[in-house]
Amino acid sequence: MQCCVCKEKSATVHLTQIVGEKMQKLDLCEDCAKAKGINDPTSFAMADLMLGLGASQELDPTAGTVEIKCPRCGFSQADFKKSGRLGCPECYQTFAEGLSGLLKSMHKGTRHTGKAPEALRQSRDNLDRLKTLQKKLAKAVEIEDYELAAQLRDEIKALAGVVPAKAAK
Amino acid sequence: MKDLHAFLISPAEAAQQHGPNDRIVMSSRVRLARNLRGASFPGWAKKPERVKILETVMPAISSLPEMADSFAEAMDDFTALDKQILVERHLISREHAAKNVGSGLVLNRAETFSVMINEEDHLRMQALRPGFQIREAWMAIDRLDSALEKKLEYAFDNEFGYLTACPTNLGTGIRVSAMLHLPGLVLSEQINPIIQSVNKLGLAVRGLYGEGTEALGNVFQVSNQMTLGETETAIVERLEKVMSQIIEHEENAQQTLLEKKPKVVFNHIGRAYGILANAHSISSKETMNQLSFLRLGVDLGLFPGTNRALVDELFLTTQPAHLQKQLSDKLSAEERDLVRADMVRDRLKDVGRPVTK
Repeated sequence: MQCCVCKEKSATVHLTQIVGEKMQKLDLCEDCAKAKGINDPTSFAMADLMLGLGASQELDPTAGTVEIKCPRCGFSQADFKKSGRLGCPECYQTFAEGLSGLLKSMHKGTRHTGKAPEALRQSRDNLDRLKTLQKKLAKAVEIEDYELAAQLRDEIKALAGVVPAKAAK
Repeated sequence: MKDLHAFLISPAEAAQQHGPNDRIVMSSRVRLARNLRGASFPGWAKKPERVKILETVMPAISSLPEMADSFAEAMDDFTALDKQILVERHLISREHAAKNVGSGLVLNRAETFSVMINEEDHLRMQALRPGFQIREAWMAIDRLDSALEKKLEYAFDNEFGYLTACPTNLGTGIRVSAMLHLPGLVLSEQINPIIQSVNKLGLAVRGLYGEGTEALGNVFQVSNQMTLGETETAIVERLEKVMSQIIEHEENAQQTLLEKKPKVVFNHIGRAYGILANAHSISSKETMNQLSFLRLGVDLGLFPGTNRALVDELFLTTQPAHLQKQLSDKLSAEERDLVRADMVRDRLKDVGRPVTK
């Protein structure tokens, strides 16, 4: 049996994990198993391994990764685990990666579609328009409609002057 | 400090306020969570930073035309009793009542707006309306928020919306809720399946004082849980739909009970009247539960000549802090039970026995 990660050596480590009603099987060679840190099958989630996300590591500061701290307020993931609250508005950028799964599970979507402060509404609308134009441009180039592409490029240029560089990142 | 009790609407007046469907919907509220850019959330900020935020935010709120003639004070200026009274009036949360230095409250004269400063977020502003008026409450708080955003710089992100201390409030920061009196659904044992199906729709059902409190007096609070990925209007409309259905179920339950099990209904109402009109010691919990059936009796026409406002007023004045406030001495819980019973008996002395023919 071939190792399902390197697809070269023969698999000697066989793992079976049952989550809910789903059963997953994994066959690894010894080197790949070691590389993935599998010596205690109870301490890892197979989905993370398969998807290469390391999501459980991200949420668990003891898993060997360097603890992330918010550069503005010094809040850490351990603090979040304790209180379920964040330290400051910037923490949402700092912990964006770890939060995305959480947000998906607790909300209807992960993108805000409601009210925005008047001052930001304009730039937000422009940003949305900019993104749409960029998509259209990519499509135009793909179908080799260069006339349309040139026109779109001009529109993007005009709009980019209005959208602050920071917001467009 | 201004006298809170000179400012607050009296319980008798408060009970006289009417709104659509107030037979079942006791009150509606919409709250928005907002935070300032570049400042730590209240739970993480050190005391000097919280004080600074309070000193920035409070004058900004007080300067709004909607908040002219408002009551604005720091939480450390309130006595423990007054904070508890504000909780019983649903003007502040229980969490906010535990706050001191660096937190504050701004309340307008009509008690239609209440803004908590440095609760879980820098700002928790709410619009309150009697009866079923969640849409009106949303429009009111939306206007207040739009006026305030010109004076304060909110923490807002294009992707995540309004940034809040707890990710559960992220995005719109909105919580739309109504307090529903549902004795019919409780008596007909339909309340649990209803709560479950409402939960399945992503809405929360809680007790009288919000999170983690029991449903005293058959009063339930229904509110949204999700705040991100949906517009405020969509959330308000969904709650309107669900609440309208709950109202309809409650009305049907009351009618069906009257037709099929009138003795069960009359028994509960008769006993409630018997206890309230004759007891010499009664706890606040029992009072609430019995007042709920008395209220049902009034709504079903079993107490001709008696106004629901009398019951709603007692709902408020028999609660521990309100009761304590009316007395000069600090009483123990047991002593309060005696005073409470005396007060209820006295208020019900002109209410005749329920008419059940």
